[in-house]
Amino acid sequence: MSPTATPVRRQLATPPAPASPFPYNPGSLLSLQDLSLDGVSRLLRRATELENQNPITRGEILAKRRVALLFYESSTRTRTSFELAAKSLGADTTLVSSLSSSIEKGESLKDTGLTLRALGAEAIILRHNSSGAPWLLEEATRLPVLNAGDGMHEHPTQALLDLRTILGHLREGAQAVDTQTLAGVTVAIVGDILHSRVARSNMLLLPRMGARVLLCGPRELLPELAATAGPGVSIERDFDAALRGSEVVMMLRIQAERLAGLQLDLEQYKAGYQLTGPRLAAHAPKAVVMHPGPIIRGMEVTAGVADGVQSAILEQVHNGVAIRMAVLERALTTQGEHA
Amino acid sequence: MTALAIRGGQLLDPAAGVDAPRDILLRDGRVAEIAAPGKLKLANGAETLDAAGLVVAPGLVDMHVHLREPGQGYKETIATGTAAAAAGGFTAVAAMPNTTPVNDSPEITRWMQAPERGAAIRVFPIAAATRGSKGEALNDYAALKSAGAVAVTDDGRPILKDSTMRETLAAAARVGLSVIQHAEDTRMTQGASMNLGPASFRLGLRGMAPEAESSLVERDIRLVADLRDARVHLHVAHTSTAAALAAVRRARRNGLRVTCEVAPHHFLLTDEHVGLYNTNAKMNPPLRSAADRDAMVEALLDGVVDAIATDHAPHATHEKEVEFENAPNGITGLETALGLALRWLHREWKMPLGRVLSLLSAQPAALLGLKSRGTLAVGSFADVVVFDPKAEWTYRALDTKSKARNTPFDGWAMLGRVRWTIAEGRIAYTNPA
Repeated sequence: MSPTATPVRRQLATPPAPASPFPYNPGSLLSLQDLSLDGVSRLLRRATELENQNPITRGEILAKRRVALLFYESSTRTRTSFELAAKSLGADTTLVSSLSSSIEKGESLKDTGLTLRALGAEAIILRHNSSGAPWLLEEATRLPVLNAGDGMHEHPTQALLDLRTILGHLREGAQAVDTQTLAGVTVAIVGDILHSRVARSNMLLLPRMGARVLLCGPRELLPELAATAGPGVSIERDFDAALRGSEVVMMLRIQAERLAGLQLDLEQYKAGYQLTGPRLAAHAPKAVVMHPGPIIRGMEVTAGVADGVQSAILEQVHNGVAIRMAVLERALTTQGEHA
Repeated sequence: MTALAIRGGQLLDPAAGVDAPRDILLRDGRVAEIAAPGKLKLANGAETLDAAGLVVAPGLVDMHVHLREPGQGYKETIATGTAAAAAGGFTAVAAMPNTTPVNDSPEITRWMQAPERGAAIRVFPIAAATRGSKGEALNDYAALKSAGAVAVTDDGRPILKDSTMRETLAAAARVGLSVIQHAEDTRMTQGASMNLGPASFRLGLRGMAPEAESSLVERDIRLVADLRDARVHLHVAHTSTAAALAAVRRARRNGLRVTCEVAPHHFLLTDEHVGLYNTNAKMNPPLRSAADRDAMVEALLDGVVDAIATDHAPHATHEKEVEFENAPNGITGLETALGLALRWLHREWKMPLGRVLSLLSAQPAALLGLKSRGTLAVGSFADVVVFDPKAEWTYRALDTKSKARNTPFDGWAMLGRVRWTIAEGRIAYTNPA
């Protein structure tokens, strides 16, 4: 509020915002806020069980169920791991991408969703460039919708696989989480926070288990507003200081496709925020280095760090399949109360 | 034309200082007689409306609506928009020029007022300030005024260039028109779809900074001050930020003719009401912070706000059933303004009924220079709203007279139910209940 504005004299009783009707379908995973910690624990446990299960019996879990992948943005990791996860459980998958479909001809997300439902899709995995698109799709179709990344908003399965990776390194692969599981752990998230759905989902998830999240980046990519994201989230502009206090360092790519005219001095950015071998050795020689990908080597991380012993980047990718099997199983077998 | 007598009601005419039981006679589109209950002398042969227990007030005036004609009749037509207005108690609306084509000519201005449009109440066009609302060449304001335009604006496409805005203010003043500015420095709001704040960060949506509004209001006020011409009248449309109101307050203290309006959604809702991407909570200016919303209420109560205007902005359902960022801005408002103002401003925040009605009738009528409207003094236009001030009811978007249902107030509790709306002596709306 402007300092010149007249202060409000009265205590105002005002209409409350209405309660959310979402998710309509208990199998949906739109946001991490839809999951209780018990629900998270259940997914972590099932991820491991499914990963270890005999592929033949695992393939009967969702045998011949129909899962549609609806992708409005390009993707390597998320799309492939969702697809492999669905197939591991025996489901039939089909991919619709915005190029090479009627989306190019102007068909709306609502109509595309209704069309997929009419074709027999029982769940839709949606990657979309607009924040909030999964809510629109779920309201229109009432199918289980799995948010595979919406604009700058959320990427719930990424945060879950990141959690599995962190637990693997710091908590001996614990599968039951509670409000204290990550007490004393600091996770630095570094780089383009403003445009990152991965950052937002991790900010929502990790503090619920007691972790401290340190956001680090230049003002253009990390507005002060980010500190309002929730309890346990704070800003540290000095990368070296952030590294010194952190057990986990999550590096983010600069999302050139979302910069919307923002001019960045990349050399200056690299000087301030690139994770290099010497920097890591000096300030965080034991930290787990993570990156949701795609990596731009030589930009946010050097090749040496990406391939180094502290890097858990490929483990993250690997964990994606197990987490997504659990999420898909929940989507198509959950009845009644969601958790 | 037949005469109409409204008997047994409480006449509440803030502009005339009347709040008393009165019978009122309408004849030939004008108020013919006002008398104590049972004392009308000229009512022979007049049809009677029984207003026992009801308030009889000047018909409401909305100085900011989008009726979508010409060119966008699939969203709304002048006939359907004015039918919704009548249902809401309005007898006059001022229609914005962002039509297709833009209303920047006397021909379109007259076309909008033609009887063929089937308007239920009076429509007063507000013409575009510049050709095609492109912010370059000024239109012929004298010609627009004689065609019936009551103000000029490039609503939705604010005039950013200082020199153009200065010329607009000066030229409009010369012919006695006010300039209405949708205050938004659009250079600061590219790609943004809601208020900038914790909610926009959380939702991953680009936000509009409050400064995009207040900086343009401040710029416009500087231009008004520089012109040193008492005829210059700047009206700030749909004010939504505390900082913009503070600027208006200062300008007024400095004796400048700067006025402003506030929409019901801006004095009731905050950016938290966007919820999970509810496109019926998307409009421009956007829903703001709680502090901004509180400042709107405060300014309404202490008199800085000159009018309540709805910014009625109908859209087809399919246009709003899209990704939040891709949805068009705007919500409907004509049928909910009175019920919300009474429920909240009057009942909850204790604004006297007469002041609520004045903000919805006499004051906007005066701002637009509408003669003999916004009051029911003898000789005035017979524009009347008769409503039950105690009736509580629930608004249902499905029941709307508008073509559009894009409202965040579906299912909301309303106070005060319109029984009849009478426009220039004709009954434009009768509540079926």
